[in-house]
Amino acid sequence: MATSPLTTGTEPAARSGPETGLALYRWMVVIRQFEKRAYDLFLQNLVKGTSHLSLGQEAVAAGFGVAMRPDDWTFATYRGHAHTIVRGVPLTPIMAELLGRDNGLLRGKGGSMHLTSVAHGMMGSYAIVGAHLPVAVGAAWSAAYRKSGQVAVCFFGDGATNIGAFHEALNLAVVWNLPVVFVCENNLYMEYTPIGAVTAVPRPAADRAPAYGLPPVAIDGNDPEVVHQTALAALERARSGGGPSLIEAVTYRHGGHSRADPATYRPKEEVADWLARDPVPAYRARLVGAGVPEDELQRVEAEAKEAVDRATEEAKAGPPPDPGLVTADLWADGGSSWRS
Amino acid sequence: MAELTYREAVARAIAQEMERDPSVVLLGEDVAGAGGAFKATGGLLERFGPERVRDTPISEQAILGAAMGAAMTGLRPIAEVMFSDFFAVCWDMVANQIAKSRYMTAGQVQLPLVVRSGNGGGSRFGAQHSQSVENWAMAVPGLKVVAPSCPSDVIGLLAAAVRDPDPVLVFEHKSLYPTKGEVPDGELVGHLGQAALRRQGGDLTLVALAAMVPVALEAAERLAAEGVQATVIDLRSLVPLDVSTVLSSVSATGHLVTVEENPRLCGWGAELASIVAEECFYDLDGPIVRVTTPHVPLPAADSLEDLARPSVARVLEAVPRALG
Repeated sequence: MATSPLTTGTEPAARSGPETGLALYRWMVVIRQFEKRAYDLFLQNLVKGTSHLSLGQEAVAAGFGVAMRPDDWTFATYRGHAHTIVRGVPLTPIMAELLGRDNGLLRGKGGSMHLTSVAHGMMGSYAIVGAHLPVAVGAAWSAAYRKSGQVAVCFFGDGATNIGAFHEALNLAVVWNLPVVFVCENNLYMEYTPIGAVTAVPRPAADRAPAYGLPPVAIDGNDPEVVHQTALAALERARSGGGPSLIEAVTYRHGGHSRADPATYRPKEEVADWLARDPVPAYRARLVGAGVPEDELQRVEAEAKEAVDRATEEAKAGPPPDPGLVTADLWADGGSSWRS
Repeated sequence: MAELTYREAVARAIAQEMERDPSVVLLGEDVAGAGGAFKATGGLLERFGPERVRDTPISEQAILGAAMGAAMTGLRPIAEVMFSDFFAVCWDMVANQIAKSRYMTAGQVQLPLVVRSGNGGGSRFGAQHSQSVENWAMAVPGLKVVAPSCPSDVIGLLAAAVRDPDPVLVFEHKSLYPTKGEVPDGELVGHLGQAALRRQGGDLTLVALAAMVPVALEAAERLAAEGVQATVIDLRSLVPLDVSTVLSSVSATGHLVTVEENPRLCGWGAELASIVAEECFYDLDGPIVRVTTPHVPLPAADSLEDLARPSVARVLEAVPRALG
C-alpha cells in the first residue's frame, strides 16, 4: 500500500460533537446507499453511458458538506454524486438525471458527470479533468469583490494535480488571495494508473502546495471528523481573508474508475487493506464507542434506505425528457437559434 | 461626434459599461498597469481601480476559468485573450466549459461574460500571432461571435456583448487598432446579429468582416469605375448570423462574393455560401465565389503576408468569375 505520511496542518482541537457526528454519519450512509443503488441500476441497464461512484470516498464529501455554509459553492468533478447529495439536493432529481428522465436535475441534458444545482450552491460537476479549478477561483473572486463572505470549495482527483489548470488556478488564487478551498481526493489512482507512477512527488497535492506558498496538508480522507475539522479551519481561513487552502485527503475508491472498469490493476492485498478501513462501518463503530445509541444509528440507516428507495421509484416513474429539450436552453432566451 | 481610433473605442466602450454597472470587471494579461498590449485598455485602471481592472499571470485557462466562475456568481467579466491564437491554449474553457454550461444544466447556469481578443493578420507577427480564428468560435454551439470593423461598432458591439446574458467572443482586429472613425457622442449600444450595409449597388453582393470590410469597400470603388455596382455588407456578427440581410441582397443582385481572412476550409463564408445555395438558389445568376487566405498558416515576411491575405486585387480577380 502506497500511502504517504499524513500530516494535518490543522489538528482537530476536539472531536466533533455527537450531533455533528450523527450528521456526518447520515450523509455517509445516504451516499453509500445511493451509490450502491446507482451501481445496481447500471447492471439493470437503467443508467446509460458512464458513471463514477464515490463508494469508499464518502467521508470527504460528508466532512465538507457538514462544514460548509448554505451559500458556499461546491465545484466537483464527474465523480460528483456525493458532493451533490451533501448540499441537500433532493435524491429523486439526482437519480432521475442518472436515468435520463425529464424529472432529472438537468432534465436529462447533463447526465451523471454534470450534476449541478445552483439553488443549492452546487455549481457544477466538471468532466474535463482540472477545468473547474480556475472556475472556482472566479467564483471566489466574485465573493471577494462583493464581500459576500462566501467560499468556493473545489474537489478534484489526484490526477488533476498534473494538469496545467491546477497550477494556473493555485497560482492565481494565491496571488489574488481568494476565498477558495482546493480539495484533492487522492484515491491513489489516476484512472487505471497508480498516481505515484506518473507524479514527480509522493503526495500529488500536498507536495505541490509549498510551490504556491501554501502549507502542505495531507489528511486521512476516510476519517470524517478529521475532514470536517480541516474543512472548518480552511473555510474560516478563507472567510476571514486568509486566502486559499490546498488539502489532500487520502482515500480509496472501492470500485473501478468508472462503470466500465473492474479495477483488476490494483493489488489484492491493497484492496483488502483499504476495504478493512471502509469509512462507513469504521465511523459507525466509533460513534457506538462514543455512546451514540444503536437504535439511533439504525434509524439513520433505515431513513437513508427509504430515501434512496423512494428516489429510485420516483426516478423510474419519470417520463423521458421532452423532445423539445434538444434545442432548448442554449441561450438565455431559452432557444438555440443561430440566425437573426 | 468625435473621431476616435479603434483602440480608443475599446477603452471607451469598457468605460461606458463599467460606469453604468458595478458588476462589470476587466481581467487579462497587461490590461491594467500597461493599458493593454495593444494599448486598448489605457486609463481604465486609473479610472476604476485595481479591484475592477486586474492584471493576470500568463495563464489563459485561469483567465477564462475565472471569468466563467465570476459570471456564474453575479459578475459581468470582460476577459482579454491577448492574441486570438492563444485561444488554442484555453480552448477547453471556451468550447467545453463556457459554451456548454447553460445547455448542460438545462438553463441553470447563466454566463454573461465577454472575451475580447486581438485577431487577424497584417502585423508581420508570423504564424502564431496572426491567425483569424473567428470561424473556430463560430463552429461551437453556445458562443456568440462578433468582429467589429470600425470604432463606432467597437463600442456598439462591445456594449451589447457586455449587456448580453450569454457568452460573447469579440474579435478585435489587430490591424484596425490604429484606424480612425467618427463616433457619436453619448451612450452607444449596438445589436448582436445585425449586419451593416456599407455600400449599395445592384450588380453584386460583397460580404466581408472586420479588416476585410475596407478591402471590400475599396474593391467596390474600383468596380464602380468599371461600371459594376456592388453592395458591401459588413457582417459584424457571425453568431447570431444576419442571414436575412444577406439573402435579400443576394436575391436582388444575383451574385455573391465573400471576402474572408480565415483560411479556406470551413471559413465563415463556406457556411454563408451553403445557406445562400439552400435558401435562394434560384435567385443566383452565377457561382458563389469565396476569397480567403489560402489554406496555409500566415507567413511573417511582409511581401508574403500581403500575398496570403485577401487583397483588393484578389477581390477584383474573383468578381468576373462570380459574374459569370
